[in-house]
Amino acid sequence: MAARDIKPRVKIPKKVTKGQAFEVKTLITHIMESGQRPDKDTGNKIPRDIINSFSVTYNGETVMKADWHPGLSANPFAAFYVVAKDSGPMEFKWIDDAGKSYSKKVNVNVVDG
Amino acid sequence: MNLKAIKPNKLGRRDFMKFAGTGTLALSVVPLPVHATPVSTIAAIEKLIGSKAPQDDKVHIILPEIAENGGTVPLKVSVDSPMTPTDHVTAIHMFADENPLPDVASFYFGPHNGKAFVSIRLRLAQTQNVVAIAETSDGKAYIGRKKIKVTIGGCGG
Repeated sequence: MAARDIKPRVKIPKKVTKGQAFEVKTLITHIMESGQRPDKDTGNKIPRDIINSFSVTYNGETVMKADWHPGLSANPFAAFYVVAKDSGPMEFKWIDDAGKSYSKKVNVNVVDG
Repeated sequence: MNLKAIKPNKLGRRDFMKFAGTGTLALSVVPLPVHATPVSTIAAIEKLIGSKAPQDDKVHIILPEIAENGGTVPLKVSVDSPMTPTDHVTAIHMFADENPLPDVASFYFGPHNGKAFVSIRLRLAQTQNVVAIAETSDGKAYIGRKKIKVTIGGCGG
């Protein structure tokens, strides 16, 4: 497999109001090889290589967990909501078929509304 | 990163048939569909939610009517739910019923999410229905479907 540059990206609002849900947008550069495509030269299927697990914690509490399948596009994007409680770290983790994990950490800045 | 390098290769239906033909003999005897049928989608759904009978309600799917490129199609799913500790959505499962592999993704929710909403981008092999199933904390399941036309498939097919 050719070396690739896998870059996780996360976007949250700069300030979020306590008690309200805010949107979390995530993107990771990954080929998400479905395992269905035949190799042009050999005719054999190119082995599956996708991110199959995605999880997010906020102040240590799991706030999102997802199982991913080959039906997701390359460079998978995911957006969802989380209720703001206290300022603190939000940690993101992606795990691929090879067992490699990629992570990203952002700080949530909560203000009283 | 070179985005061109990760676009699926173009593969015609004929090439696919040739490739499939090299498989088992059964293929020539039983007219197995090249792509998965909705039967496999039903199996995939049952694997996740068991024998629950999903109701046609509450699940909203936002999807373009026509996708020019099936390789990356934006999908938003939202479910009517107060998302309180006693009444919330626990999971949203998404399927593409005519893809070779119908499973797309499952996202697991809780009251800490505030809104039962998820936005992703998926691959679609052909014109088909996108199916979303929501499971709730009271043990019920809800289903939503939306048809989408795909001009160029995104699964290498």
